[in-house]
Amino acid sequence: MNPAAGGAGARNIAMQGLWRDNPIFRQVLGICSTLAVTNLVLNTVVMCVALVFTVSLSSATVSALRAYTPRNIRMMVETLIIAFYVIIVDVVLGAYWPSMRANLGPYVGLIITNCIVMGRCEAYGNANPPGGAFLDGFFNSLGYTFILLIVATFREILGMGSFMGMAMPFFSGPGWDRWIIMVMPPGAFFMLGVVVWVFRWIQQSREEPQK
Amino acid sequence: MTVGSEIGQAFIVCIAAIFTQNILLAYFLGLCPFIGVSREIRAAFGLGLAVIFVLTCTTLLNWLAYHYVLVPLGLEFFRFILFIIIIAAFVQFVEMVIERYSPFLYQQLGVFLPLITVNCAILGAALFMVIRDYTFIVTIGYGLGSGIGWFLAIMAMAGIRQKLANDRIPRGLQGPGITLMIAGLMALAFIGFAGVLQGQ
Repeated sequence: MNPAAGGAGARNIAMQGLWRDNPIFRQVLGICSTLAVTNLVLNTVVMCVALVFTVSLSSATVSALRAYTPRNIRMMVETLIIAFYVIIVDVVLGAYWPSMRANLGPYVGLIITNCIVMGRCEAYGNANPPGGAFLDGFFNSLGYTFILLIVATFREILGMGSFMGMAMPFFSGPGWDRWIIMVMPPGAFFMLGVVVWVFRWIQQSREEPQK
Repeated sequence: MTVGSEIGQAFIVCIAAIFTQNILLAYFLGLCPFIGVSREIRAAFGLGLAVIFVLTCTTLLNWLAYHYVLVPLGLEFFRFILFIIIIAAFVQFVEMVIERYSPFLYQQLGVFLPLITVNCAILGAALFMVIRDYTFIVTIGYGLGSGIGWFLAIMAMAGIRQKLANDRIPRGLQGPGITLMIAGLMALAFIGFAGVLQGQ
């Protein structure tokens, strides 16, 4: 994707992941496993931390092993590497925070089939050195995290009147009818649709003057 | 539980998985292909059929593997890897079989089969089946219902998007943006089925 390396390369990778090729509003990848937990900000944070961990490390591992992996079975090898890190997340979560693990249900395991993980391994990890692959995975999942946090913040405040479980002054009061629909599945679709729209619109209106 | 009541429960679970707990619209599983492949009805139809078939079969295979291999060995945490291997192997196997015996079907479904390995709906259904502790018979209903639910959702979306092709949509909203909003409306409509299954 971008062959540059070194200091300028790292900045470039960060910009690509966070903004220019943002996984959510540019590539629209990997929303499946995370959209479901955006009804509470805390769940989203935990899920996204797990994702950042998995994407950056598995991309780096794929990259480190790329010389030894036969081409024709590389998808399988990548999946196993990803599954390895996801199991670590799952076991750690089960040991130290069982209630959170129960909240997230099957969605932690579903990080394995989250397209963004495989997408980064294939698009970058496969052809670049481990350091760059780690950064690429890290910033891509960070770009993913910040969009989902926006979605989660709106959903929790509008739907539950709270933020990270703490009651918000106006929204939890009697003057505010809670938008229950926001914490139900349709709310997630609407909110993500709006966020994608706004960010694409900003991006497009910035690109136009340059042409 | 007797076999009769289990079949009854399987039926209820099946209907629930199609409508009120639609795997796509209520659990957001399989969204990536849903957004990517719903541009035309023919492709959506092929992918939808493939999902019904693979989802039903792999959920059953995974049930057997989980209850007869992992649980006796105490290796439940290993399920992610086992499930994903079973799914990948099954998809590969089906691809080879239909390529050999039914060139027509292969032409229709061939390109979609590899996509299915990374469809979250397949792994998601297997994980839900473990978490909810379904019995074997109920799992049949659950797998079938989830597949049909996904099929219905993607077909409806493809139909709507084909109509949208000629409409004027704000530029930033084109493609994924509008698809997500329509999915929101569909999810809203599917919630309306909630009253049908009050009993469970």
